[in-house]
Amino acid sequence: MEKTKGNILGRIDWITLFLYLLLAVMGWLAICGASHSYIETNFLEFFDQSDRSGKQALWMGISLVAGSILLCIHRETYRNLSGLAYIAGLALCILTIFIAKDIKGSHSWISIGSFSIQPAEFMKFATALMLATFIGQREFNMSNNNDFIKCVAIIMLPMIIIVAQNETGSALVYLSLFLVLYREGMTGIFLLMAISAVAYFVIGIKFGETMFEQLPIATGPYWVTILIQTFALAMVKFWCKNDKTFLTMFIVNIAGTLCSYWIAIYLIEFNIIITQYLLLVFNVIYLLLRTRLNKEGKNLWVAIYIVCSIIFYNSCDYVMHNILEPHQKVRIEVLLGLKDDLSGAGYNVHQSKIAIGSGGMTGKGFLNGTQTKLKYVPEQDTDFIFCTIGEEQGFLGATFILTLFVVFILRLIVLAERQNDRFGRTYGYALASIFFFHFAINIGMVIGIMPVIGIPLPFFSYGGSSFLGFSILLFSFLRIDADREYARR
Amino acid sequence: MKDYSYDSRKYIISGAIIIVLLIYVARLYNLQIDSNDYKTKADSNAFYKKTIYPARGLMYDRNGKLIVYNKPSYDITFVPREIKAVDTLELCNTLGITVEDFNSRMERVRNKRYNPGYSTYTEQEFMTQLTGEEFAKFQEKLFRFPGFYVRKRSIREYNYEVAGVLLGDIGEVSQKTIDKEPYYKRGDYIGTQGIEASYEKILRGKKGTEVLLRDARGRIQGKYQGENLDTAAVRGKNLTLSIDIDLQELGERLMQGKIGSIVAIEPATGEILCMVSAPSYDPALLTGRQRGKNHSELSKDKSKPLLNRAIMGTYPPGSTFKTSQAAVFLQEGIVNEKTSFPCHGAFVFNKFRLGCHDHSTPIALAPAIATSCNAYFCWGLHKMFSSDKYNGTKDAMNRWRDHMVAMGFGYKLGVDLPGEVRGMIPNADFYTRHYGNYWRALTVISISIGQGEVTLTPLQIANLGATIANRGTYITPHIVKSIEGDTIDKEYTTHKKTLVDAEVYEKVIKGMRMAVTDGTCYAANIPGWEVCGKTGTAQNKGKDHSAFMGFAPMKDPKIAIAVYVENGGFGATYGVPIGSLLMELYLNGKLSEESEKKAKAIQEKAIYYGKDER
Repeated sequence: MEKTKGNILGRIDWITLFLYLLLAVMGWLAICGASHSYIETNFLEFFDQSDRSGKQALWMGISLVAGSILLCIHRETYRNLSGLAYIAGLALCILTIFIAKDIKGSHSWISIGSFSIQPAEFMKFATALMLATFIGQREFNMSNNNDFIKCVAIIMLPMIIIVAQNETGSALVYLSLFLVLYREGMTGIFLLMAISAVAYFVIGIKFGETMFEQLPIATGPYWVTILIQTFALAMVKFWCKNDKTFLTMFIVNIAGTLCSYWIAIYLIEFNIIITQYLLLVFNVIYLLLRTRLNKEGKNLWVAIYIVCSIIFYNSCDYVMHNILEPHQKVRIEVLLGLKDDLSGAGYNVHQSKIAIGSGGMTGKGFLNGTQTKLKYVPEQDTDFIFCTIGEEQGFLGATFILTLFVVFILRLIVLAERQNDRFGRTYGYALASIFFFHFAINIGMVIGIMPVIGIPLPFFSYGGSSFLGFSILLFSFLRIDADREYARR
Repeated sequence: MKDYSYDSRKYIISGAIIIVLLIYVARLYNLQIDSNDYKTKADSNAFYKKTIYPARGLMYDRNGKLIVYNKPSYDITFVPREIKAVDTLELCNTLGITVEDFNSRMERVRNKRYNPGYSTYTEQEFMTQLTGEEFAKFQEKLFRFPGFYVRKRSIREYNYEVAGVLLGDIGEVSQKTIDKEPYYKRGDYIGTQGIEASYEKILRGKKGTEVLLRDARGRIQGKYQGENLDTAAVRGKNLTLSIDIDLQELGERLMQGKIGSIVAIEPATGEILCMVSAPSYDPALLTGRQRGKNHSELSKDKSKPLLNRAIMGTYPPGSTFKTSQAAVFLQEGIVNEKTSFPCHGAFVFNKFRLGCHDHSTPIALAPAIATSCNAYFCWGLHKMFSSDKYNGTKDAMNRWRDHMVAMGFGYKLGVDLPGEVRGMIPNADFYTRHYGNYWRALTVISISIGQGEVTLTPLQIANLGATIANRGTYITPHIVKSIEGDTIDKEYTTHKKTLVDAEVYEKVIKGMRMAVTDGTCYAANIPGWEVCGKTGTAQNKGKDHSAFMGFAPMKDPKIAIAVYVENGGFGATYGVPIGSLLMELYLNGKLSEESEKKAKAIQEKAIYYGKDER
């Protein structure tokens, strides 16, 4: 096996590198916008080391150097060192808990001289590499419970340690790696369950007290029943792949829902949630009958899914209204945007929405944002960096950045899909998942449709460790991708 | 070997990513394009609109003497969020207040009920209207009280201690007014009485704003550099009043210890030369921090010093009214200059008797005015009401009413002061409602001598004097002579005509002149001037009211005046000498030594009014 074939520079994916550099420059400009005040004409001031933009520029330089070094390491070396990196990383994270200073209750920063680094940022790299190596083994089989549990363990171990560091936000990022498992054959049921549980909870509580049309029922529970129907139908169609069962259920549910709606609105007012529950009961009975008569085993799971959904939603409702203390209830309501808690976490989001909203179509121009300049949005150069873009660059600029990000992530998926082995593909998907999770949670938080979870926006949020960490992930993958021809066959 | 299992899942994952992107872009659209709400919120976040208060217009008297001006006063404000480690005790000592006072002020500011605009980011009023000295003391130590600020405002200052009720005062605007007129904001001043109220829009000028940038902690970060959003404050316009402040001062001096009113008008222009309402008060009482206390004391005072009796008090005009009757009877051809009526100390008709006093008989018009004969005017009205000229008593009555209304009685004259009342001139329907169809001249006879149902305001009596002086025309009396850079209302330059001809007035004037030369107003004589006058002694529940109405000089009159002293007895007791002194001062520019003595004597005479509310 040849070690190299042509120059490494000729083999790396320049498109991805270009997207990376573009995002990095834009992120740096956003930090300039967020941390500099109004009238500054001297461009050199952006590089002043006492300023955040200057420090970030330095970190970007360091990252490029680190990246160049990573490009020189062969694919097989990454693979061989993954176990070591993972164990060393875990050890460092555990050590951090004990030696790190307490910063707002979290123990995640290690100070080396004047710099502080956050080991958790590099742990993502080690975990992704470990997961890729494990799944990349020839004998790996996702449907083997043993293998699956080991995968979950690789993901959960660093997660637990980081939760112990009191960095719940960073820990949640590891959940995104389940997307990798899904790509590699994990049953979609887990993802569907997670998504549907969140959907029931959010919709059920958020619209729990809104009136549905002019009927004396709440919108939340009604929509939850519709969601359960939809998910169940989707499962029958795409998972059980049973068209006959699907057709019967589809007709009954659509007809039942529309009829009861029509009757309630135009003829006699009655509680249409009851008819929705009757439809769900019908679905369960019908699926059980099909299971029994036609030996369609998967139908049983759909029936169980429906029953569990109903129980889950109603217990959420019960917990929310009867068990939680008022202040806990308020915290959840703030999270869901039901209440404006302008003094707590809600303040950030409220101000962030104001800043973005005031940007309009084209924005106020670079360095001209009033909201960010006047520090209305706390953490505006770290977690809330996107509102500077929203305010100064407007809808067009913000949409451009979002699109650029998604193009970058999709490019990573394209690279992952062109790998010849599971190791490369898994690693690529791990990257895409991590970037996507950061992107979705961070932007969602800033524009007020996700709970406030403090994780950075890759390449944009101020912070050396996070920039370096994301660069390491990317450059290592660029080399792995460049060496894809040498993958173990 | 490439592993192609689960290959379609790449589409599901990519699709999910794109769906998230679409949702986020839709949300951005909703935030940035769809809703204007956030833009406004951002502006109110970052732009602090500092109000610049304009100087309120000044007031001068007709001779250019400054009456009302502004002096700086200082409000202490604070921004709740910026207060850190303030030594409360020291602050209290500096301001001369107690710690309890400090706490109660703070509590009041924080109470959303009293202070709906409360915000921890903006300036809140802590204490208002400090004097220059108090401010200086506080300013020295201001650096020790971070979060506290001083805001400069201006309050009214007066050069004279008179004309309180006329000038009016300014106070903080009420919530009701703010709701009605959005120009006003909490804490703004507004004219609440007198000229300050009626000329509020001219005096106040226009507030300006300066747009400043405010950061998240409420600190001002300098001026906004973008588009110029500032608006300049426009100074209020100055007013020149028609008042002669010397005349006003003398009037108030003479009315000391008495209740009543004096109104003097320049007949040719309708300008009010002085308007006294007694008892009066020093306008300076209603400025500064003592305003609230003083205002409540004045409003509780039984003699009602806050009431402008010249336009809000209605009185029976008594014999001063006879001049108007003489004009009507002459104009209607009921009597002529030579018509005489008998009077043996009373008007007697069948069993009806209305007393008069001693004078020669029979008596003609001019001497009837001069001696104030009741009988003459009773006969006149009786004759008018039974004249064939009219279609019955009611028609005659209404004709009479038309004459009275044309002279400015029975309705508001329309003076440029708030609160004027209309007085009372009855018409035929009024009596029919009371007496049915069976009333006659005798039933209502006392209206001919200014008694009975007839009531006028002192302003209307003075305007009667001005109308006679003008021989049948008048301009609506007004208190503002001119407005800086503006014109006064057309109403105050338009002549109004009565239904009586000029030569008829000459005959009335003859009688009024006779009253001064050898009649009831003998004391009104001013050496060197031809004074015309008419006394009034109006009956009422208590002691008679003393009244005088006159003008001078007879040809080309310069001043018309009405004096009304409640319970002053005969017209000649108070009304005549007061009226004469004021006319003398106005015509000669000063009082003679003798007159000065007379003035002093009147000034010292007080009338006892008992303890009842007036």
